Amino acid sequence: MAASTVLRLSGITKRFGPLVANDAISFELERGEVIALLGENGAGKTTLMNILFGHYVADEGTVEAFGKPLPPGDPRAALDAGIGMVHQHFTLADNMTVLENIALGTQSLWRARLDRSAARQRIAQLSTDFGLAVDPAATVSTLSVGERQRVEILKALYRDARVLILDEPTAVLTPAETDALFRTLKLLVAKGLSIIFISHKLNEVMAVSDRVLVLRSGRLAGERETKSTDRKQLAALMVGQEVKPAEVSQVQVGAPLLMLDRVSTARHNGAGLDEVSLTLSAGEITGLAGVSGNGQAALAALIAGTRRPTGGRISVAGHAVGDWSPRAALGHGIARIPEDRHAVATIGDMSVTENVIAERYGSTRFSRMGFLDWKAARAFAEEIIADYDVKCPSPEARIRLLSGGNMQKLILGRALDPEPAVILASQPTRGLDVGAVAYVHRMLLAARERGAAVLLISEDLEEILALSDRIVVMSKGRLSPPSARGERTIRELGELMAGHGGEGQAA
Amino acid sequence: MRLEPKPAPSLALTLLFPIAAIVATLLITSLLVLAAGASPLSVFYLVAKGAAGSQFALLETLTRATPLIFTGLAVAVAFRAKLWNIGAEAQLYVGGIVTVVLGTGALPLPSVILIPVIMLAAMLAGGLLLLGPAVLKTRFGVDEVVTTLLLNFIVLLFVSMLLEGVLKDPMGLGWPQSQKVIAEAQLPRIIQGKRLHYGFVIAIVSAIVVWVIMKKTVLGYEMRAVGHNPEGARFVGIPVNRVLMKTALLSGGLAALAGFSEVSGLKGNLTLDLSPGYGYSGIVVAMLAMLNPLGVIASAIFVAGIFVGADAMSRTAKVPSYIADVMVATSLLTMVVAILLTRFKVRWR
Repeated sequence: MAASTVLRLSGITKRFGPLVANDAISFELERGEVIALLGENGAGKTTLMNILFGHYVADEGTVEAFGKPLPPGDPRAALDAGIGMVHQHFTLADNMTVLENIALGTQSLWRARLDRSAARQRIAQLSTDFGLAVDPAATVSTLSVGERQRVEILKALYRDARVLILDEPTAVLTPAETDALFRTLKLLVAKGLSIIFISHKLNEVMAVSDRVLVLRSGRLAGERETKSTDRKQLAALMVGQEVKPAEVSQVQVGAPLLMLDRVSTARHNGAGLDEVSLTLSAGEITGLAGVSGNGQAALAALIAGTRRPTGGRISVAGHAVGDWSPRAALGHGIARIPEDRHAVATIGDMSVTENVIAERYGSTRFSRMGFLDWKAARAFAEEIIADYDVKCPSPEARIRLLSGGNMQKLILGRALDPEPAVILASQPTRGLDVGAVAYVHRMLLAARERGAAVLLISEDLEEILALSDRIVVMSKGRLSPPSARGERTIRELGELMAGHGGEGQAA
Repeated sequence: MRLEPKPAPSLALTLLFPIAAIVATLLITSLLVLAAGASPLSVFYLVAKGAAGSQFALLETLTRATPLIFTGLAVAVAFRAKLWNIGAEAQLYVGGIVTVVLGTGALPLPSVILIPVIMLAAMLAGGLLLLGPAVLKTRFGVDEVVTTLLLNFIVLLFVSMLLEGVLKDPMGLGWPQSQKVIAEAQLPRIIQGKRLHYGFVIAIVSAIVVWVIMKKTVLGYEMRAVGHNPEGARFVGIPVNRVLMKTALLSGGLAALAGFSEVSGLKGNLTLDLSPGYGYSGIVVAMLAMLNPLGVIASAIFVAGIFVGADAMSRTAKVPSYIADVMVATSLLTMVVAILLTRFKVRWR
């Protein structure tokens, strides 16, 4: 079999201080094979791929591509050896055309101009061969997310990649786009390419791979033929234990707690809101589905108080609110779990204590006459750490050092401790491991039972379907009418997500 | 070469790097000393002796350190909130102007009232001078590095105008200088007949007060949060713009105290050479102290010592006292590198 081995990693170990991100990981990739690299966040998937691609240098171990050792820490060498990587966050120049993006860096700097016709021909050939329809003359900024991903894949293929690494490629796609991607991957494999598919979504891994490597806290926890395994087994390998899905109990829906009446906002990370009306009621989880960039960020920012409406009315518990700000939102009993744990929810270089009091430091509990009561703050931090089962060295530790799951537990604790009436949970489980996901779900369900109104914004349809009493879909800044639990199928929701004449059509 | 973030710099490293930075500074400047044809060891010995080798030298160093503590604190406070105040020099001069305006007889009050009044007025004026750039920053996104830096020149020219005009001392034989402040507006000397004055004590107290503000108060907490992550601070409900305004008032006020202390404690009047760049040196002082208010005391004395020592050294050895500027500048650079190294690991390949 040695002749068909395209990639061999032997004993890769990488340490970051006391943390062992990769511990003696070895595996081989065969020609024409799809390996899925499955694992929770922090399991070491991305670190491993960054070593393979030369972004990091391994402390121990070697990488061999096509029988030749790959020099460590040299992305250029990895590219030349035929390894292509499609990052989770695209690396395209928005203001340039598809063709320019693809040809960028492939032609000698000493040539006065790009050989466009040859490049165009090559791209057209690759497009038809692999079902990657995209207009080479289009400017990247006008493309949908799915199209951009196709450009990234074309970019790798244009450089004669024989091994393609895809890092969480479906995170930004609609169900239809995901299907199209999987068809492309099948075509690539048929032509003899090999693929490493990084994911934490079990159903995708089952659908697309030949072999699954499961990483758990830096170690290779197991290796399975996809044919001879199932989701339950893989999930157990990932977390090292069986996970029970959250149980949803019957709860009486109560009074409306937060009402948006034809609210519009300016654009914010994508679309803005366009006359959106939404009612969140006590004892109810409202799920908001949608493809990223369709106004979810604007809605989250609006409810969180960081963005003011340009039109329409917000009322809390029946009363229209006045001046709108984060403090006003907090004052009205709105708890916020934002999408970005690192840049928005926490102040990374400050301690756990300083972060847990951040939304309430001005209250009499934590300050008097302008002086902070560090004793009370520390006691509160210890309380949250204990109640929400946060693993951290001490309340004085910088929050940056915590894992994603523990950071999210702290944010949950900070938000839920005052028993808020309304909870805004924006992508609350993104990037979390299975155990932490289950924990977050339990906490949201517990808040619902207590009578809180929950808005769950998520790109994970399964999560929305599992938790929501009502589902609304957002597309281009507008909301669909709500549907009750089980009323719409995944496919119907997917069509709503694609919108009319929207991204789904391009697939 | 590439930089990788370190998970957590240890305390030992955090303490070791400033020392390593000073050693590196000495090594680099010794090249210049060699170029000047002198022995580095004897030059450094003479600098150290000139800075701390006698009671006179020590008192002179502390006197020189006094304005540097104020400007160092001003910069440390502002930089902590990521308000890049490069204008401590201007704020210092504004403090000097207010001291002269109020202290030359306009307010016939006893010392115990007059001095606090002048201090408060000077702080307010210095704070307001920085408030302008802070408002421009928060309202219109104007870079405060540019505005505060340029204000230094504007204010210095304004002082020049005052000293040629309304504030000109009629008995000054035509020199561009103001009248002396009255006795009630003067800070007394700590030791009779020596230059060290009570401005030094005020500086130490200010450092402690600023330390308490940063560590113990709501304002200090807000300032640190805004400095570390303005977006996160805004999200949790910290009024970011208002915090920046308060930071500007405090920082500008502290720098203005340097001007007050120099006029009222040392010089007695306002001249165009009130400050040989104390405002700029304050940046070095604050960086050497890694923005710690109590560390500012130590780093201000260190920087002052180099200046005073180099003056003394240049009288004996044949090395110009400009070596002091090189040493201070180099120590800033090595310190910045040292701070970088405490946070990042360098990988060579």
